[in-house]
Amino acid sequence: MKTLCSLLTVFLALTPFLRAHAADTSASRIARGRYLATAGDCVACHTADKGKPFAGGRPIETPFGIIYSPNITPDRDTGIGGWSDDQFYRAMHTGVGPSGRHLYPAFPYPYFTKATHEDVSAIRAYLDTLEPVKNARKEPRLTWPLDWRYLLRGWNWLYFDEGTYRANAQKSPEWNRGAYLVEGLGHCGACHTATNFAGGAKASEALEGGMLQGWFAPNITGDRRAGIGSWSTEDIVDYLKTGRNSHSGATGLMAEVITDSTSKLDRSDLHAIAAYLEDMPGHPQDVSPLQGSPTLAAGRAIYRDSCSACHQYDGKGVPKLFSPLGGSALLQSRDHTTAIRLVLEGARTAPTDARPTTAAMPAYGWKLSDAEVAAVLTYVGNSWGNATPEVAASDVRTVRERLRLEHDH
Amino acid sequence: MAKKLPAVDVVLVGFGWTGAMIGEELTAAGLRTVALERGGWRDTSTDFAVTFAQDELRYMWRGHLFQEPAHQTLTFRNDSSQTALPLRHLGSFLPASGVGGAGVHWNGQTWRFLPSDFVLRSHNEQRYGALSQDMTVQDWGVTYDELEPFYDKFEYLCGISGKAGNLRGARQDGGNPFEGPRARDFPNPPLEMAYGPTLFGQAARDTGHTPFPCPAANMSRAYTNPLGVMLAPCTYCGFCEKFGCGNNSKSSPQTTILPVLMRRDNFELRTESEVVRINMDSSGKRATGVTYVDTQGNEFEQPAEMVFLCAYILHNVHLLLLSGIGLPYDPRTGEGIVGRNYAYQVVSSVDVFLGDRILNPFVGAGALGVGIDDYNGDNFDHTGLGFIAGGYLACWNTNGRPIEYHPVPKDTPKWGSKFKKAMAENYLTTATISTHGAVMANRGNFLDLDPTYRDARGRPLLRMTFDFHDNEHRMSDYLTDRAVDIARAMKPREIHAKKRTGHYSVVPYQTTHNTGGAAMGSDPKTSFVNKYLQSWDVPNLFVTGSTVFPQNAGYNPTGTIGALTYFALDAIKKQYLKNPGPLVQL
Amino acid sequence: MPDTLQRRAVLLAGVSLLAVNAVTRSQARTIAGGVPWTPGAGDAPTAEGSLKFFTPDEAAFIDAAVARLIPADDLGPGAKEAGVTTFLDRQLAGPYGHAETWYMGGPWHDGTRSQGYQSRLTPAALYRTAIKAIDDHCRQAFGGKTFSTLSPDQQDSVLTDLEKGKFKIEGIGPHAVEIEGAKADSFFSVLLQNTLEGFFSDPIYGGNRDMIGWKLIGFPGAHYDYRPYVGQHGKKLPIEPVGLRGRPGWMPNQS
Repeated sequence: MKTLCSLLTVFLALTPFLRAHAADTSASRIARGRYLATAGDCVACHTADKGKPFAGGRPIETPFGIIYSPNITPDRDTGIGGWSDDQFYRAMHTGVGPSGRHLYPAFPYPYFTKATHEDVSAIRAYLDTLEPVKNARKEPRLTWPLDWRYLLRGWNWLYFDEGTYRANAQKSPEWNRGAYLVEGLGHCGACHTATNFAGGAKASEALEGGMLQGWFAPNITGDRRAGIGSWSTEDIVDYLKTGRNSHSGATGLMAEVITDSTSKLDRSDLHAIAAYLEDMPGHPQDVSPLQGSPTLAAGRAIYRDSCSACHQYDGKGVPKLFSPLGGSALLQSRDHTTAIRLVLEGARTAPTDARPTTAAMPAYGWKLSDAEVAAVLTYVGNSWGNATPEVAASDVRTVRERLRLEHDH
Repeated sequence: MAKKLPAVDVVLVGFGWTGAMIGEELTAAGLRTVALERGGWRDTSTDFAVTFAQDELRYMWRGHLFQEPAHQTLTFRNDSSQTALPLRHLGSFLPASGVGGAGVHWNGQTWRFLPSDFVLRSHNEQRYGALSQDMTVQDWGVTYDELEPFYDKFEYLCGISGKAGNLRGARQDGGNPFEGPRARDFPNPPLEMAYGPTLFGQAARDTGHTPFPCPAANMSRAYTNPLGVMLAPCTYCGFCEKFGCGNNSKSSPQTTILPVLMRRDNFELRTESEVVRINMDSSGKRATGVTYVDTQGNEFEQPAEMVFLCAYILHNVHLLLLSGIGLPYDPRTGEGIVGRNYAYQVVSSVDVFLGDRILNPFVGAGALGVGIDDYNGDNFDHTGLGFIAGGYLACWNTNGRPIEYHPVPKDTPKWGSKFKKAMAENYLTTATISTHGAVMANRGNFLDLDPTYRDARGRPLLRMTFDFHDNEHRMSDYLTDRAVDIARAMKPREIHAKKRTGHYSVVPYQTTHNTGGAAMGSDPKTSFVNKYLQSWDVPNLFVTGSTVFPQNAGYNPTGTIGALTYFALDAIKKQYLKNPGPLVQL
Repeated sequence: MPDTLQRRAVLLAGVSLLAVNAVTRSQARTIAGGVPWTPGAGDAPTAEGSLKFFTPDEAAFIDAAVARLIPADDLGPGAKEAGVTTFLDRQLAGPYGHAETWYMGGPWHDGTRSQGYQSRLTPAALYRTAIKAIDDHCRQAFGGKTFSTLSPDQQDSVLTDLEKGKFKIEGIGPHAVEIEGAKADSFFSVLLQNTLEGFFSDPIYGGNRDMIGWKLIGFPGAHYDYRPYVGQHGKKLPIEPVGLRGRPGWMPNQS
């Protein structure tokens, strides 16, 4: 990480100097490529050891097994130093590697296909400036028959629409910029859109929430209850820039996205993303809050004894420090996995330069039983204007078992 | 054989309040800084989380955040004629181990010393004539006016809750009328007041005193400090002193500085790494760095351009003595500096049994209280009283933790049914007024190396020779009597005045306000450091914390420790870094 | 983060927490690049399960002694009913009993009262030695009866003699320490302090059963947020005591 930072610092220092000489030199293209690689958060998946960014090796959990991310530094033997620019574009645009083999769609080419040729070339130009790192790729551990790459042809036929983003003339340039980033390089749907049994994105439920690596990435459409419809544009921008806003803080995998990607994007691009997300209608459902159940009463008692010190008796929290619970999309999600996970093992909002505070929610897994966690989540999911179906103790047990396996692993 | 590490600009010995402050300012100035902490990493959500911080047995009585005597202790005796014996477990004071130091488990009572405190000898001699020969008190070499901007800086770092009593010389209703002038008010308003302190405040006013809400590092509202770090509002849980704060509402290095400092590329912290020696070059005028040992037993030499002692006072002095830096104090001749002017505080209390008024002592915060400063420092005429200096009186609602706090009337048996009944009857309805008296330096009170007992590394233990002397006994009796006056005005069923009598004892907890041993001043004959906390003899060695107090004052020390540190840093940044060398020319 | 967090249990163990016998010092770490944080990590308290220190006779002695120090009476149950013996058993079997954090190097001297505890015995050894000595004394003084079989009045007189230092226990070293400024026998002071600890500490440690101690005085326990109550001067607060592991009222149908 430090290597990366110092490299970037040197680079940033050089940029204005080079820019003064020519508008579209390779240096400005590289700078743009770096920015776009940041927007695509390439570093997140392609880094296992923070000292060796982009050198790959990070295990990516898919519904079909573990895939290890490849090395995308310019090393000729183990990285992509031997690839031509066309081969790189083909991989990004069609999901086909230089040898003609199909890449697993854990690599989000169904999103990257929307990026322009020019942008992809800029990314390549930037990656070429990285220090080559020798790091051979580990073989995936997939469940039969998914290690049969030729099956991916069929997968692509079913779920993959090749093609660069085409602007919607009905919408503003800002909206279109947002759509380009969200649907393309930003690949937000890779987490936030549900997938079917074969791992293909459910296009009709775009950005309405999805399961990934043991987390439920919540609905980020304009749905006021289960999504982020109650957030202002500035709220969305603040969240992406600083990791938090007056409604929520980024934890789990999103914390990494904030740290490595969105906190480094221009505010104008964040505004564009906000404009697009706000305009996504989602499928709002009319859910009434639960009332009068003994679980709610139990949850209320547990909440008042165990949670109010940070989230306050009225659920209002301390904005930008302890998340307010009223209006939380996470608590009202159709899937409670993430909420359960946060209670069991705690959570920390991503610290950023703008908001460096590292206050974290502690783990409650040792303290509360499955039934107690379920009760308290049912209570907070149905208080202060929230509404969500009852959380079951068995749901908590499932998540607990999974986390235990993860920790053993 | 020590492994020699690459040199750095700054090495911090100990990583509590002053280490974090110095680390933050000097990394911002571009210096490569390494902090060495003998204890472990500690943070709120993992080490004193809201899910388990409120555990009296574990944290207070089993000392979970404290220094472990098995690893490091000291020996103690009341006077030089006795054989000092080791503190086998902690009692009278509670130094910490681990990141944040005692700044994790403090109460948050954050005072400024009085202007006259900094010129204690000259002020008192001028007003009352010569002082006793045994009192080795001295002026600090720095004035309140010089420190004011840095008190302010520390208070804004911490988000202190309080009410000014003196803004640029203008008296402010509701604040402490005796305090030195401040440039602006506290960053946060006072905490909401509990019942017991409120009753005390009324009685104090009725008896002609001027009560005020005590300044608190417990947040009265959410606060973002100048470094951009956020603190939460205090929940009045009553687990401050001896505990870490579970919900980020008490200022500590963790809640005010570390989120920013730890992100800096030019900063590194090494935990479980105990400095065993300050290394010197052959001239004896320059520190070359430190040697430290980690818990795996590996020994390292860390060269550095500047060395800062930021550990607890007892360890700073111990390290100077073990490293042979400075002349050790000799009580027979009065010569020598290191270990000289060790001081403490003298505390007493009056339990006020109110009978039918329910006070709910457990609704507390570490600095939730009402105080009076009428009897502190030289705020009152000492003519004919037989002592100098004084202390504040306060009624705190810090806690109702029952192993520690179960007040019973005087003459109640210590066990049995009567004891049980007395606990049940008085727990909710008793207020306590405490007095917080200064201890003056005395030629018989000092720190040196023990000739017999050794620590786990085979090094001599530090030896403390300390007792209360006439000044302390007279002062404490006087303060306790004044507390009794106010207690009576609270119209209690009965009171129990607990005077501090006899010898100082290391058994009952009193206060973790040990001071001195490497005093500051303007004369190298009587001080180890100059006003910028810089060693006279070794200009690249700095000593921080209450270690440099020439004598103690009648206040909790952390505010002044913060101010002195920022004052020194200002001079270091403006002068020393441009031209390393003595900051004060003789 | 490659470091192993030795002292930190991973907090997903659920209801049954395992015993940690010895506190091992953690490994040195280098921390840079930001405040570290690991999901699920935390230094939560451990509640020892089946450790045993006392013999049945010793347990009977402690039951009897703590029942006199804080008796069951018309105000309600006392220290024995609160499980103080169980609490002490666990404490003495653990790090406290072994004086694991204490400085136990010689030479040994009696010292002055101001110098504090100077016995070479760990708390565990102190209890073992003292219980035997007191029972031996009782057998001699009360026709072969041990302390636990004496009448309450007889037990009180033995404890009073012990408190005032009238009866000395051989082999435990110096006797004089302070309790609130008064001279007291060192074993008696340790026993009294530990009894209060067992009566008032969190139920997770085996004492204060059903929060008996807290209910006696009106302490709400591990409650962490009194903001609504600060200004309620003079009012008794409607707060049920709660322990670190909750309270029975949370899930009334599942206890």
